[in-house]
Amino acid sequence: MKEETTTTLEPAITKNGKHVIEIEHLRKGFGNQEVLKDISLKLLNGENLVVLGKSGSGKSVLIKCIVRLLRPDAGIIKVFGEDMSRLTGDGLTEIRKKIGFLFQSGALYDSMNVKENMEFPLRRIKNKLNQHAIDEKIAEVLENVGLSDALYKMPSQLSGGMRKRISLARTIVIDPEILLYDEPTTGLDPVTSDEISLLINDIQKKYKTSSVIITHDIECVRSTADRVIMLHGGLIYQEGKLEDFEKSKDPLIKSFFK
Amino acid sequence: MTINLFIMKKLTSVIKVIPIRLNPSKHTIKLAEKTYVKIDNANNFLTDIAIFFLFLSETVKETFSRNFEFKEFLRQCYQIGYKTLALISVIGFIIGLVLTIQARPALVSFGAVAMLPNMVALSLIKEMGPVITALICAGKIGSGMGAEIGSMKVTEQIDAMEVSSTNPMRYLIVTRVLAATLMIPLLVLYADILGIFGSWVGVNIKGDVNYVLFFTQSFSHFQFVDFIPAVIKTFFFGAVIGLVGCFKGYTAGRGTESVGKAANSAVVLSSLLVIIVDLIAVQITDML
Repeated sequence: MKEETTTTLEPAITKNGKHVIEIEHLRKGFGNQEVLKDISLKLLNGENLVVLGKSGSGKSVLIKCIVRLLRPDAGIIKVFGEDMSRLTGDGLTEIRKKIGFLFQSGALYDSMNVKENMEFPLRRIKNKLNQHAIDEKIAEVLENVGLSDALYKMPSQLSGGMRKRISLARTIVIDPEILLYDEPTTGLDPVTSDEISLLINDIQKKYKTSSVIITHDIECVRSTADRVIMLHGGLIYQEGKLEDFEKSKDPLIKSFFK
Repeated sequence: MTINLFIMKKLTSVIKVIPIRLNPSKHTIKLAEKTYVKIDNANNFLTDIAIFFLFLSETVKETFSRNFEFKEFLRQCYQIGYKTLALISVIGFIIGLVLTIQARPALVSFGAVAMLPNMVALSLIKEMGPVITALICAGKIGSGMGAEIGSMKVTEQIDAMEVSSTNPMRYLIVTRVLAATLMIPLLVLYADILGIFGSWVGVNIKGDVNYVLFFTQSFSHFQFVDFIPAVIKTFFFGAVIGLVGCFKGYTAGRGTESVGKAANSAVVLSSLLVIIVDLIAVQITDML
């Protein structure tokens, strides 16, 4: 058993100040393999934080721990000042209502059409909205991602890029304050990848969200990053502005930014 | 669980130590390795059982929690009940027909052909109808649940549900298990009725029996209490099929191969459990 970290954090400064997510000494392993060894980071209000790293470096595990799809072995994750490991039931649900998660595969519900896919989280999270308001909200968000005409299409009728856009629309339809993107441009052609990156920036400006973007697509990093963190071997290898990474002489960083 | 893991670790160390210190024969090493594999398999089996009971307790807990997903429950009732009707109709009818055609010569030789409707109705209602319908449902519904939920897991749809403030146990599992528990007894009842109708058709191939007379004869030796055990066990069949199908899908691995495995093992295990539940039900009924 790994030793539980007992670090006590200062209360998070959220809305009016700085941090919407605070992670201290996060550890997570699967069996004998320790994926995240000691991760500490903070997400500022309104920033796009890009987490960069090779496949298997624990990027996806990190954001799954944030939203508590995975339980950390040790460490503290605070979202809007709430310790995620201590939240259960309604408390966890309330925090999750403020977080949007774009899955790598899109994770659209196969048995539902686009409209039903978007209604599903909306009805559960914004349960006071009537049908007219729901329809309006869905139409607005679909227009934002440029797919107003896909309302009644099934996921199987959509291309990879369209699926990603619809997933993004489903993520933002609940008006989240934090967005977690798990490799948003993976598996897409360069043109569609650029469109998704631009969409991420548009969403941040329009909805004033804070985002953690997991990627190993450098063009996506260049388009979206306010700040970059590189993960390697379960640890934070480097943290800084995009320019610092671009100018770095470190062979590992250069291998990404060549 | 802890004890099993402890034994495994101990045995692993034995395997490593024996060749160095005792210089054992190849046979001894092979024996030690085989023992290790067997204990490992036993440990996996016990772990699976423990996980299944945790899954069962979570399902029961969520069944009685607030915010029951009634709309999804109705959708599942439609999927399980209505969409299986055609298959059950054909099978129920044919079972009754075949049973009658095959039993008739034997009963004729004993001069007991008048007992044919009663015998067919008895075997259909007490055993053939429930078990065959449940096995068909295990194949169709159990595999469907295993594959559907398994593929939802592989494509992160269950995770997406969880971050959308929806409890996947309540939305996916409870609704399916309850729908199967409710719909399979109804399907069995329907199969029994069509089986008796098939039997009447079978009797009329070589004779001319009025349906009212046939129906009256079918139930002439029945009492209401005869129906009760047969009906009760079908609820258990439904629960077993729903639970196993959902469990196999929900605990599927992350690869696409695991979806096929989940569907396959859902059918195998639920069919086996249906037979075991039937055996237990028959034993209990016999004791009463």
